[in-house]
Amino acid sequence: MQSHEITIEIGGHPVLLRTKDHRFRDLLVKRYAGFIRGKANSSFDFEIDLLSAPAQPCDDDVCVECTDGMWRMRRGDFVAEVDAAQGHGRIRQTANPYSIDSVLRIVHSLILAREGGFLLHSASAIRNGGAFLFSGISGAGKTTISRLAPPDAKLLTDEISYIRRQGETYYACGTPFSGELQRSGENCSAPVCRLFFLQHGLENKVESLSQTDALRRLLRNTLFFAEDEVLVKKIFQAAGEFLDRVPAQQLTFLPDSRVWSMIQ
Amino acid sequence: MSDKYIARSAAIASRMLAGEMMVMSAVDSTFFTLNEVATAIWQAADGQTPLSQIVAEKVCAEFDVDPETARQDAQQFVEELSRHGILLISDDPLDTVQSPTEAA
Repeated sequence: MQSHEITIEIGGHPVLLRTKDHRFRDLLVKRYAGFIRGKANSSFDFEIDLLSAPAQPCDDDVCVECTDGMWRMRRGDFVAEVDAAQGHGRIRQTANPYSIDSVLRIVHSLILAREGGFLLHSASAIRNGGAFLFSGISGAGKTTISRLAPPDAKLLTDEISYIRRQGETYYACGTPFSGELQRSGENCSAPVCRLFFLQHGLENKVESLSQTDALRRLLRNTLFFAEDEVLVKKIFQAAGEFLDRVPAQQLTFLPDSRVWSMIQ
Repeated sequence: MSDKYIARSAAIASRMLAGEMMVMSAVDSTFFTLNEVATAIWQAADGQTPLSQIVAEKVCAEFDVDPETARQDAQQFVEELSRHGILLISDDPLDTVQSPTEAA
């Protein structure tokens, strides 16, 4: 049976997906519009086996394990494994775009960890050539501040920011990972110039944070899926080095567009 | 009570920031911020120096604290960190462990 391929590139890292179902490929083309690219040397490739029923009883928590260089990921709606060194993997899932989304987040968190980068629970946007990150847990205001963004701001995501390190500079890259806004970010990148931790309040104000507080908050909002010693150490190191180079502040804001006058 | 020896686990990542040591367990991602006194004990935890000697030389000699309070606080501190696998405690000297990931 013919295999249908699609390459999804996020943050400059292409991941190749293969499926025997052309309708599923079409579904992915639609879901990842703006992040599809032609043939490329991908770091990871996956064969997708489509199931008629969920892989296992429903469980909302993603479980990721690493043994002997094999990453195994599972949730109620999918089971996947990948050889981290070779980059070849397999996904078993039903025909939906959400399972792939979770696998891609996990895979990109691994790719970034190798390079000193990370995925962060945050909205991000480019303004005047620099990228701003707005981090916080659910309800902190990521989607709200994204909705309030002025026309000159390029929204990279309202949910999961992609932080890539190149030399001494950290870049925020657009992602298709969306939150309540339910639309992909723009596929572009810019050097990160500031990290804000969001908080709703009765006025707009920016306050400084101690380095220890900033590190604690950054780690709390960083996505890492596996209780893997090597990975945890890399993430910790990456977070510390990021804060050595990027100022972190607390942004308290009212839900109106005036807050963006403080972000430029 | 017999003297104890303490050593930093290899399964941690740590970083000194503004005079405070930030330590994270690589096993369960538990995160600790150590104050100055705890940092002094942490840095002296080489597996070879008895805890009583660390308290005498690194705590009582450097900070304004009475020996009995320092001893009790140190005991409590090392027991808490050992529960998270961050510090190793033994009745005998411990072999030097791999240096943790640490940045100044």
